[in-house]
Amino acid sequence: MAATSVEHLHSDGHFVTPQDKYSSMKLGMWLFIATEILLFGGLFAVYAIYRAKFPEMFFNGRDELSLLLGTTNTVILIVSSFSIAMGVTAIQRGKKNLLTFLIIVTLLCGALFGVNKYFEYTAKFHHGIFPSTDIFFALYFMMTSLHMLHVIVGMAILFIIMIFNMKGKYSPSNYTAPEVGALYWHLVDVIWIYLFGLLYLVA
Amino acid sequence: MADGTMVEAVRPTYLDRKGFLSWALTLDHKRLGIMYLVTIMVFFLFAGIMGMLVRLELLTPGKTVMGPDTYNQIFTIHGAVMIFIVIVPGISATFGNFLIPLMIGARDVIFPRLNLFSYWIYVGGALIALVSLLHPIDTGWTFYTPYSIRTGTSVIPITFGVFVMGFSSILTGLNFIVTIHKLRAPGMNWHRMPLFIWAAYSTAVIQVLATPVIAITLLLLIAERVFGIGFFDPAKGGDPILFQHFFWFYSHPVVYIMILPAFGVISEIIPVFSRKPIFGYKAIAYSSIAIALIGFLVWGHHLFVSGMAGWVAKVFSFLTFLVAIPTAIKVWNWLATMYRGSIDLKTPMLYALGFLFLFTIAGLTGLFLGTLAINVHLHDTYFVVAHFHYTMMGGTIMMLFAAMHFWFPKMIGKMYGEAVAKIAFALIFIGFNLTFIPQFIMGMEGMPRRYYDYLPQYHYQHVLSSIGALVLGVGILVMLINLIYCIFKGEKAPSNPFGSKSWEWQTTSPPPTENFEEIPQVTDWTYGYGKKN
Amino acid sequence: MSTETHELGGHIVPYKDLVLVVTALVILTGITVFVSTLDFGYAALNIFIAMAIASVKACLVSLWFMHLKFEDVITWIFIIFSLVLLCLLIGFSLSDEFLRITPKVNF
Repeated sequence: MAATSVEHLHSDGHFVTPQDKYSSMKLGMWLFIATEILLFGGLFAVYAIYRAKFPEMFFNGRDELSLLLGTTNTVILIVSSFSIAMGVTAIQRGKKNLLTFLIIVTLLCGALFGVNKYFEYTAKFHHGIFPSTDIFFALYFMMTSLHMLHVIVGMAILFIIMIFNMKGKYSPSNYTAPEVGALYWHLVDVIWIYLFGLLYLVA
Repeated sequence: MADGTMVEAVRPTYLDRKGFLSWALTLDHKRLGIMYLVTIMVFFLFAGIMGMLVRLELLTPGKTVMGPDTYNQIFTIHGAVMIFIVIVPGISATFGNFLIPLMIGARDVIFPRLNLFSYWIYVGGALIALVSLLHPIDTGWTFYTPYSIRTGTSVIPITFGVFVMGFSSILTGLNFIVTIHKLRAPGMNWHRMPLFIWAAYSTAVIQVLATPVIAITLLLLIAERVFGIGFFDPAKGGDPILFQHFFWFYSHPVVYIMILPAFGVISEIIPVFSRKPIFGYKAIAYSSIAIALIGFLVWGHHLFVSGMAGWVAKVFSFLTFLVAIPTAIKVWNWLATMYRGSIDLKTPMLYALGFLFLFTIAGLTGLFLGTLAINVHLHDTYFVVAHFHYTMMGGTIMMLFAAMHFWFPKMIGKMYGEAVAKIAFALIFIGFNLTFIPQFIMGMEGMPRRYYDYLPQYHYQHVLSSIGALVLGVGILVMLINLIYCIFKGEKAPSNPFGSKSWEWQTTSPPPTENFEEIPQVTDWTYGYGKKN
Repeated sequence: MSTETHELGGHIVPYKDLVLVVTALVILTGITVFVSTLDFGYAALNIFIAMAIASVKACLVSLWFMHLKFEDVITWIFIIFSLVLLCLLIGFSLSDEFLRITPKVNF
């Protein structure tokens, strides 16, 4: 067997059936989601401790945040999540162009979320609020910026999937990448659901 | 050998392709295993030299060769490099990569590209961490706040490097878990898997679920220094003990990342050289899982004298004792495997016996330290230093050396030199004990760890310890030179020189790129020694 | 709900179900925002309601949008185990924080 064909065998992984590849990719992404839960979990633990220690600081901090912007962003992310979930169903049923359209909707939602976040951050800086202001705002900036980083990564993943989809790579017999990419995007949504509750509602 | 009848036709082995790029961009798990091993040995030698410098400085009270600030930096480099760069990926990334697909009868891990990526972010993280050598940190490897927020040394590069290497660890673990779930050969059900696979699986679970916590902790530490946030800074209302909680939530389970693969290696070696089926297969397999699970519940025993709440400390003390149960189950089973076996004292078996001796000491002194009242006396003394060197060095590194000998014929296709290897083992074993037994005694007498200077009453013990370190260092050098010499000049190895029944030995040495000509059909476990077949 | 499967082994969640889920999510968002403006006299009650609603939303997203409902048992084990570990981390560090006796030192 020539060396090149062996490399091909490795890189393409065609010793694995498509079913195996599909379930492996999904399990891999779920494991990664488990690590993400614990990554943000550290911040949730910090939140729990200081919320209990300094309730006043958290009340005052929350009053500085815009509930309207926060709620808007929550709805935007829910819609984006819905859109990509529809996209997965679409490609499973062979509707390639519908998937492209729904990914574009998702990306637009992600961008809108980012724009809102930008206005929120600049407003905070304008009022002289920085991560070093107090522990509440340290948490606010750490949590939302780490989340924003995930939004950006998720958008990049979905963008690449959109390009491949436009080239016709996905079909009802191969939709592993769209489904796994969508999983990551939903994770971003789920984390935001909790951040919204912790920072804008109950603090 | 029975397998001599196996295919001896000229098939390209995984080592055949030459050239830097064929290695740097390889997707072959065996090559990546070798690359990890070489990288880790380089860092091991570097950190080992740092350790020798520490021992040199402690040869006499007062100043011997360096000032106190340099001393703080040297022992921090020794600890941080050894823990984060060497021992964490020590066996799991090297032999895990090399062996898991071979042992379960697969052609590669499930995500080969991710595997290559993991290797390069590991190297990247290690290099970032090394940037801190320009102005080495002096916090100790634990980076405790608030000192790590205030010290002027380069904390950010090394913590960021550890952060990056954490992702390598997570992705490797993820890769292994999915590989073990999805790529087992037909017939290789969970109770036929070699015990190394069980150990690697348990390790991977910890890697995936504990590492993110250190990632966020170090990210917060960096943010404390860069943005001036105050989660861990008492001056800003923060709590330094919270940092310790977070740090040890990862860093205690991480000792099981280090030791579980070593348990896996010894479970492979002992049956082969005792010519007996492993005793208590299921007990060893499930105790690996149990250690991984209970290991998450004991981190608080590092905080007994930090001012942690009393009843929390009691709970942690109790849970710490629990972890001794599955560990002891394993030791009993290894001993029972050897009972009335036909023991062949080849070098890997010598290391395995050395491991049993050293690890038993390590485990039992661990119980002393887990006892609340005794911990108050022994905390932060040389007793602790000796205890964790018995686990890390006497446990993990000894089994890494054993694995390097045992699978050397499979990896390279040559035999290692038996006589020199035995001499090296003797030097390592004697040197190691000579280094650390005096430290147990000093610790009991109250010598605190990390101190630059000491009272004259500890002098002779420090001298003994330093002599031991020298013997140990010479032993390691002899071992490495022997192995490197045999890569080039060793005699050609047969496919299965030790008569193992595990699947990695049923292919040629060194294995072909695709591992097996045909994926094996598994009908039995791999420990059926002493039966005629 | 759907039991439609596919040659890859994946499940297809029909559009109708997804629309139902997203409607529920938006309604729950409205409820949680409204409840946060009420004053029950106990801040703890607000936290409890907000986190309970957030968890219901997270379950909806993961079960249907993320197809967790149709996943293997091993996926469930890892996700649940990671949540258990999260509870342990929060539980132990929080209980230490509040049961700790701070010595009063006068200089």
